[in-house]
Amino acid sequence: MSLSNVFDIAGSGMNAQSIRLNTTASNIANAESASSSVEETYRARKPWFAVMQQEFTSVNERGQFQRLEGQTGVGVQVLDIVEKDAPLKPKFQPDHPMANEDGYVYYPNVNVVEEMTDMMSSSRSYQMNVEVMKTAKQMLQRTLSLGQ
Amino acid sequence: MGAINFNNGLGIHDNALLVRAKRAEVLANNMANADTPGFKARDINFRAILAAESQKESSLSLQVTQQGHIAGNSRGDDSLLYRLPNQPAIDGNTVETQVEQAIYARNAMSYNASFEFLNSKFKGMRNALRGE
Repeated sequence: MSLSNVFDIAGSGMNAQSIRLNTTASNIANAESASSSVEETYRARKPWFAVMQQEFTSVNERGQFQRLEGQTGVGVQVLDIVEKDAPLKPKFQPDHPMANEDGYVYYPNVNVVEEMTDMMSSSRSYQMNVEVMKTAKQMLQRTLSLGQ
Repeated sequence: MGAINFNNGLGIHDNALLVRAKRAEVLANNMANADTPGFKARDINFRAILAAESQKESSLSLQVTQQGHIAGNSRGDDSLLYRLPNQPAIDGNTVETQVEQAIYARNAMSYNASFEFLNSKFKGMRNALRGE
């Protein structure tokens, strides 16, 4: 029954959005984590979303396996969490305990405004997936009452 | 026809229910991928499937008269289509969540309508069998 797949799909969406929210929280929490070298500085992390594809196969008349074309995906997956490429923010702070020989401190490439936007977006998407699941649950419950 | 028969008695409503459930799955997948770069929103052409289902009995199937002929029929195309977006996103994603939500809600209502029809068919059959 397709309706039970809706739970898996909406669940994968909720999972992906909560991972996105987690990375956002980590980015905002570390926005001011200064360090003395480029390598050690925290970099903003972003989840990499992709469609989850199910490998649909069927057997044709000659007994060979074939892939079915035009099938829908089965949700969303987080392929990886990647670090943002944007340059770090060096600041001249000779009094800072983490300052290097030249007096510079490196701050992460976290854009707090961007992170807040991401947070709102992931929260809304999460809510939408919850609503999808709720409606599917109602539909399925009605179906179970068939003939009563 | 004569006797009570499930296939004839239920009409198109059981098939409609299955297609509605399938469509709910496709729309849920669109919404789950609302933030996936490059994802293209998809949908089922319900009208085409319904027309194909109702024509099935009277469809013109091609007869195989010689070896090498390909058997065929005039069944409608029920494959997944791509949605035309009003305003595609810059990352290539064509999911418009408000549009998808509206279609999903409408699909759920239609599902309930088909369910009511199917339920009343069963109730009618049960009444006929009881003979009270």
